[in-house]
Amino acid sequence: MMFKSLKNTIQSLEKNEISIKELSQEYIRNIKEKSNLNIFIHFDEQKILNQVEILEKDKSNKKLKGIPLAIKDLFCTKDMPTTAASKILKNFNPSYESFVTQKLLDCGAIFVGKTNLDEFAMGSATDTSYFGNTINPLSKDGEPLAPGGSSGGSAAAVAANLCLGATGTDTGGSIRQPASFCGVVGIKPTYGLCSRWGIAAFASSLDQAGVFTNNTEDASILLESIAGFDERDSTSANIEIPNYFKNLNHDIVGRTIGIPEEYSIDGTPEEISKIWEEAIKVLEKNGAKIKNISLPHTKYALPTYYIIAPAEASSNLARYDGVKYGYRSSEIDSLDEMYENTRGEGFGKEVKRRILIGTYVLSAGYYDAYYLKAQKVRKLIANDFNEAFKECDLIVTPTAPSAAFPLNKEQDDPIKMYLNDVFTVPASLAGLPGISIPFGKDKNNLPLGIQILGKHFDEQEVFNTALTLEKSYE
Amino acid sequence: MKIDKNTINKIARLSRIKLDDKESEDYIKDLNLILDWVDQLNEVNTDKVEPLSNISSSILPKRDDVSNDTNSSEEILENAPDKLEGFFAVPKVVE
Repeated sequence: MMFKSLKNTIQSLEKNEISIKELSQEYIRNIKEKSNLNIFIHFDEQKILNQVEILEKDKSNKKLKGIPLAIKDLFCTKDMPTTAASKILKNFNPSYESFVTQKLLDCGAIFVGKTNLDEFAMGSATDTSYFGNTINPLSKDGEPLAPGGSSGGSAAAVAANLCLGATGTDTGGSIRQPASFCGVVGIKPTYGLCSRWGIAAFASSLDQAGVFTNNTEDASILLESIAGFDERDSTSANIEIPNYFKNLNHDIVGRTIGIPEEYSIDGTPEEISKIWEEAIKVLEKNGAKIKNISLPHTKYALPTYYIIAPAEASSNLARYDGVKYGYRSSEIDSLDEMYENTRGEGFGKEVKRRILIGTYVLSAGYYDAYYLKAQKVRKLIANDFNEAFKECDLIVTPTAPSAAFPLNKEQDDPIKMYLNDVFTVPASLAGLPGISIPFGKDKNNLPLGIQILGKHFDEQEVFNTALTLEKSYE
Repeated sequence: MKIDKNTINKIARLSRIKLDDKESEDYIKDLNLILDWVDQLNEVNTDKVEPLSNISSSILPKRDDVSNDTNSSEEILENAPDKLEGFFAVPKVVE
């Protein structure tokens, strides 16, 4: 298959080796061929061709001109419906464009469609979507595998070559874990690097936009395209965005890589420990110093997350009341009944579960015991990283405790499902940048991922280290 | 058991979510499981620890108090499940 690299495709378009139209048609064909994977919630061929027509007339230089990208259906888009994979937003057509997607449109990118996700980004398998499961493109006959989640559709779209890059959002691992499951690169930048404006909110103190691509170079190009200050997001960081791509290099000589002992967890498959050791060896061979570090509160990250995230979600999702947009129940005799029936019918099982937990931990008499306690433990987790980063520049761990698992496997036990995020959640609580890159395979030949964490706003070092591992693995 | 039938009804009411009997039973089970699991946080000594609510290092910016017109009301009302003469319409609240 051609065009796997976004960077090379930009060059091919510039040299007129291929036209924007030809490129788009190729991807339209791919998307139609793979429709059985249920990757897109919204796909409209005509809309793609309309975008092509406008761009072909546009003579200005644009960085991503004609590049086909897929957008997680959590980003509001003016020209495409936005559902958050929920029945409650089934017919929602935003009247505005999210900050991140507007940046991409300004760069001349073409949106091929809106990708499937766990409902309101709550899940780890893209199986809580109102629009059905997405199937991991790496599945073998007879056993459909989960693409991970919540940004499973975006990760799968890149893996199946239905676009050259995709947007995602990551609250507790929703970019890094599906990237690992689908064998692609996924980066969640520092909290505050990309504006959250126009992204349907899940847990506002954790939500962060990021990207999926086939390789590290492409990720650096896309991330610098969506980052930037936005006064409409009060947590948006007002910093100069580095030119990640231009500054990319695989010289990591003298960097200290921290290896946290707490990430060796009982029950982790041997092959994951093996690729972790392998990655450490590669980094050492390339001149990095390896240092064992301790993040003592790691085991408390998941329970902390599963108090804070539902609490924030219960508050954020209060807006879906059937009044101003989205679904409204037809059985309504009173205003209260309208709210209760609309939300009872409009939200799926996992979303309701999290709203209920969130409401409970915020309710009078329980707030201090749960929510305030969790915020204090969160502080200790963030302190752990601050201390660790006095001794090292980067931290390297596995991304997920398993390779892609079969669909419908872990649904019944919520805690078992939550354990998927064990390696990704701590950095989310601390707001740190993290990338997952494909590194090694398991015994079934499924990809595994290595996670690289950096200091706040140190995406450049994260990319450089990722590039080093990637080059060694190719 | 932290969550019983009465508690789940109360939380569901606070959340404005209607649950049927089967759902209530399932959520009683799930929530108890999850709350027992998060209880491990009590092992952690958090005396004198400040709660962390915002990890953003930026200082909250102020903006000038000027109005701007981003969307027209017609555009916004297009998404309304029910509307009446330029307003959102809901069931009658006062008889």
